[in-house]
Amino acid sequence: MADVADPKATQATPALRSQSEVIAFVIMAVALVVAPAFAYPVFLMKALCFALFACAFNLLIGYVGLLSFGHALFFGWGAYFAAHLAKVGAVSLPFWLGKWHWLVIPLPPLPPELAILGGALFAALLGLIVGALAIRRQGIYFAMVTLALAQMMFFFAVQAPFTHGEDGIQAVPRGKLLGFIDLADQTNMYFTVLVIFLGCFLLIYRIINSPFGEVLKAIRENEPRAISLGYKTERYKLVAFVLSATFAGVAGATKALVFQLASLTDVDWPMSGEVILMTLVGGLGTLFGPVAGAFFVVTLENYLTTIGQWVFVVQGAIFVGCVLLLRRGIIGELARVLRIKL
Amino acid sequence: MFEIFGISSQALFGQLLIGLINGSFYALLSLGLAVIFGMLNIINFTHGAQYMLGAFAAFFLLQYAGLGYWWAIVVAPLAVGATGIVIERLFLQWLYKLDHLYGLLLTFGLALMIEGTFRNFFGSSGLPYAVPPELQGGQNLGFMFLPNYRAWVVVFSIAVCLSTWFVIERTKLGAYLRAATENPTLVRAFGINVPRMITLTYGFGVALAALAGVMAAPIYNVSPQMGANLIIVVFAVVVIGGMGSIMGAILTGFGLGVIEGLTKVFFPEASNTVIFIVMAIVLLIRPAGLFGRGV
Repeated sequence: MADVADPKATQATPALRSQSEVIAFVIMAVALVVAPAFAYPVFLMKALCFALFACAFNLLIGYVGLLSFGHALFFGWGAYFAAHLAKVGAVSLPFWLGKWHWLVIPLPPLPPELAILGGALFAALLGLIVGALAIRRQGIYFAMVTLALAQMMFFFAVQAPFTHGEDGIQAVPRGKLLGFIDLADQTNMYFTVLVIFLGCFLLIYRIINSPFGEVLKAIRENEPRAISLGYKTERYKLVAFVLSATFAGVAGATKALVFQLASLTDVDWPMSGEVILMTLVGGLGTLFGPVAGAFFVVTLENYLTTIGQWVFVVQGAIFVGCVLLLRRGIIGELARVLRIKL
Repeated sequence: MFEIFGISSQALFGQLLIGLINGSFYALLSLGLAVIFGMLNIINFTHGAQYMLGAFAAFFLLQYAGLGYWWAIVVAPLAVGATGIVIERLFLQWLYKLDHLYGLLLTFGLALMIEGTFRNFFGSSGLPYAVPPELQGGQNLGFMFLPNYRAWVVVFSIAVCLSTWFVIERTKLGAYLRAATENPTLVRAFGINVPRMITLTYGFGVALAALAGVMAAPIYNVSPQMGANLIIVVFAVVVIGGMGSIMGAILTGFGLGVIEGLTKVFFPEASNTVIFIVMAIVLLIRPAGLFGRGV
């Protein structure tokens, strides 16, 4: 992972380093507040959801060194669960007691904030299960295990009745946030998404720079040494995995409300590939890289919608180009040239 | 005709045969992945696309050159293997000193490019490829009907797997390969051209995938996404077996194919997911994989 954290890029004093991050954050926040004046809100909201998704993914790859090839699982199921809660509400859980019974929790359709929270919690639960299995293997196997488990849950999404198979959960009501902010209004929805994004971004920043985050980076650099220092690295990795899954779930749930749709596309493996692409383009292990990468990829796809399957060819070419020539990503290179931390 | 557990023998053995066929492809593909990973330290995500290329090569040979199945089974692996050698020289050779994940990402990108290009020209629907005339028809074994072509696929892939195992584990060339896997620098010091061996190994692994593709062409249709979902299942097979052992990869491939076939008989809803469930169980019980050495 030598390319992810380049010590030369962080030679400035710690105060200056965090300063550059604060300045970059303020620029980003201001730009996003005024952005609706210049771009379509739906486009911006899509980019923000994917940016959050990529930040969540980056928490694992960039700061723990774990490549999850199945993050669509948390994004997609967060979207499904939130969409279901917002549209239907009632949840039935099968349980075994001599024979199968259904435990029906008779919920009404929930307001958006609770739907997103529900989606996030469900993604966290999935993250706990998948993470506990996946961290039993390291390196390349970790990627294959996450990919395989995500594919399994994809087949489950195809078969489960509440996901409505190929149709997906359509016409999800956006509802009224906290009972009085009508999210059917595009501007209200945009600023809700923006607040969710910035809030999660700051939380991730806080996690990365906490003592917990320092241990994660130690695991990334040299896991055996972290173990020899007495850290139970498996637990740290699991917590990081669950956190990453939760943020991915928030991103998916928010996306479901924005587009009023949760579909198979969100859980399928190309989505996992897309979030890797965004993070790689922006810069693995950089704070702002995933955001830049997400905006880059979403913009690109916006322009490429007319060329059909060639989108995949372009994506593949970007993958190849980034791995061969631009392993630090856009933001990583920028940080290296400016000798600051971003 | 007789019944076992209330299932007719026809259905049971029919699914077992399909399981063995799928198992042949799992075994050939995971074998290729294991050989490539051993030498290059790269998980070849392009493997599924190269399997698809093998099937398309057979289709093209028939369509445009009039060369049938028996030509295809020789020419297609050689041709696709040659593209593999080009890929290794152009892209992969720069990645050996980097973290494993970059190899995975690069080959994933290549797979997207290849499969996207083919989907563009051939859509998503499959193209038919006829069973060669010599292998049409089948045998009635009393308890089931055995199509000749399917019997051929199972027998031939077992033969290919075992010869690969023999070459790697029992010959001088294989000894060089295994030594270069353990310590490439030392093997180079003995005057063996390790970089060329690496290149040829990748070409061989790719050729195995293409061979599987040619064999699959008459069974499934030739379609651009025939490899995309298969490769994920093969990854699960590789996780279950562990990549340390050639024989392990072969046995796991066939075993899981059979398990999948049986699941189709007894619990059809889970037939898509059973391999992933087995993977989860194996991870809980034996995290290193059934035949794995370490993690």
